[in-house]
Amino acid sequence: MSLTVKVSHIVKCYDGTTVLDDCSFSFDAAGTYVLTGQNGCGKSTLLRICSLIEKPDRGSVAFYSGPSRIEEDMDLKRRLTLVLPKVGVFNTTVMKNAAYGLKIRGMDAATIEGKVRRALDFVGLDHKSSQNALTLSSGETQRLGIARALVIEPDILFLDEPTASVDYKNTTLIEEILHSLKTANKSIVVIATHDRDQAKRLADRLLVMRDGKIEIAES
Amino acid sequence: MKLSGRRISLSELLSFIMHGMSYLLEGFGKAFTLIFSLDRELLSIISLSIAVSGVALFISSAIGLPVSALISLRKLPARGFIISLMNTFMGLPPVVVGLFLYLILSRSGPLGFMGLLYTPSAMIIAQTILAFPIVTALCHSAIVSVDPIIRQASLSLGATPLQVGVTIIKEARYGIISAIIAAFGRVVAEVGAILIVGGNIAGYTRVMTTTIAMETDKGNFELALALGIILLALSLFVNSMLHVVQRKGQR
Repeated sequence: MSLTVKVSHIVKCYDGTTVLDDCSFSFDAAGTYVLTGQNGCGKSTLLRICSLIEKPDRGSVAFYSGPSRIEEDMDLKRRLTLVLPKVGVFNTTVMKNAAYGLKIRGMDAATIEGKVRRALDFVGLDHKSSQNALTLSSGETQRLGIARALVIEPDILFLDEPTASVDYKNTTLIEEILHSLKTANKSIVVIATHDRDQAKRLADRLLVMRDGKIEIAES
Repeated sequence: MKLSGRRISLSELLSFIMHGMSYLLEGFGKAFTLIFSLDRELLSIISLSIAVSGVALFISSAIGLPVSALISLRKLPARGFIISLMNTFMGLPPVVVGLFLYLILSRSGPLGFMGLLYTPSAMIIAQTILAFPIVTALCHSAIVSVDPIIRQASLSLGATPLQVGVTIIKEARYGIISAIIAAFGRVVAEVGAILIVGGNIAGYTRVMTTTIAMETDKGNFELALALGIILLALSLFVNSMLHVVQRKGQR
């Protein structure tokens, strides 16, 4: 059964500023959700909470497989992943970066190699696999971030501003990757972006965040 | 011109200086002869120096790295205090360490029954005490300066808390290696503590720095100079390594 997530009445404050204010939504159908809204409206925070990296101050995040609720444990955490806006590459080769998620899951080297090669090929970085990841351009870094997330074949993939600090050419490339992901993938992808045009290009469902809530949900 | 209460001429002064220079040069010449003839005594002194400092460094790293990882990755309540303590102890005067250790290890001291005074073991303990705060404080600062995004990235990829910790330490590896090299540089050049607890016994606890001190006292400069040159070369080597590692880490 595929995984769905429901957030209910989430509140999150940082230093007295309320970022998420009674935010509720269900990501319950396969496809690409795009979350737009101005900087600081709470998109990134919502993504970090949904991907279980942060806890909300109030409210709940619940995961379901069909009708039954799934307990929040390591197994569940390993079925989700978030690509951070600055990715956070490790100071090692592109190959080892992309292999990280599989290695910590204890997969054997031969399987890892095959999966990682395919993912790097998918984002067009196969030829740079033995290069140090810190020497990549910001566009390439983003693509590595996507490959690193895709190798673990997540049930829900969150992407936070995947093209924010990326040039036009790489933005197009990344959008193409995300488009081909749609046809290849039957899972849930949630993308946060401040770029309305991009949101329209990528979204199956377009969501707008304002004042810490998801306000308009267009299909 | 007056020198030692006696008037001397310029030519006399020049001859004094020339004489001194030739004396110094002769010393250097003999020192190099000792180095290049691979003198047995010299080799045993050098190898004991490196062995004592190496073992001390190994022990202090084996304890210091886990301690620094624990205080930087976990929000321990005593964290600030431990760091201040380590930073203070980084500048610990070796003679004071030697004195305290002497009192503890001497026959009437609390650990006197172990008979460790004037043994290489006592020297290792002394240098471990000196190296430990350096390794711990510098490793801590290397680990806390890893970008917090690394933690989030490894969490988001499904790492357990232990795996997150290992990932952060791996990211700090160049800083950690630098810390260990810096500590080695300090202990190998240290004389106060090992002289007091080691006793500079020929063929047993005599190392480079203690030999230099003693031979200089005796006016026997060849061996002192030879060891000085080797110590400097070692220090240069260690610092070059440090530089290479730090440059690699700055990428």
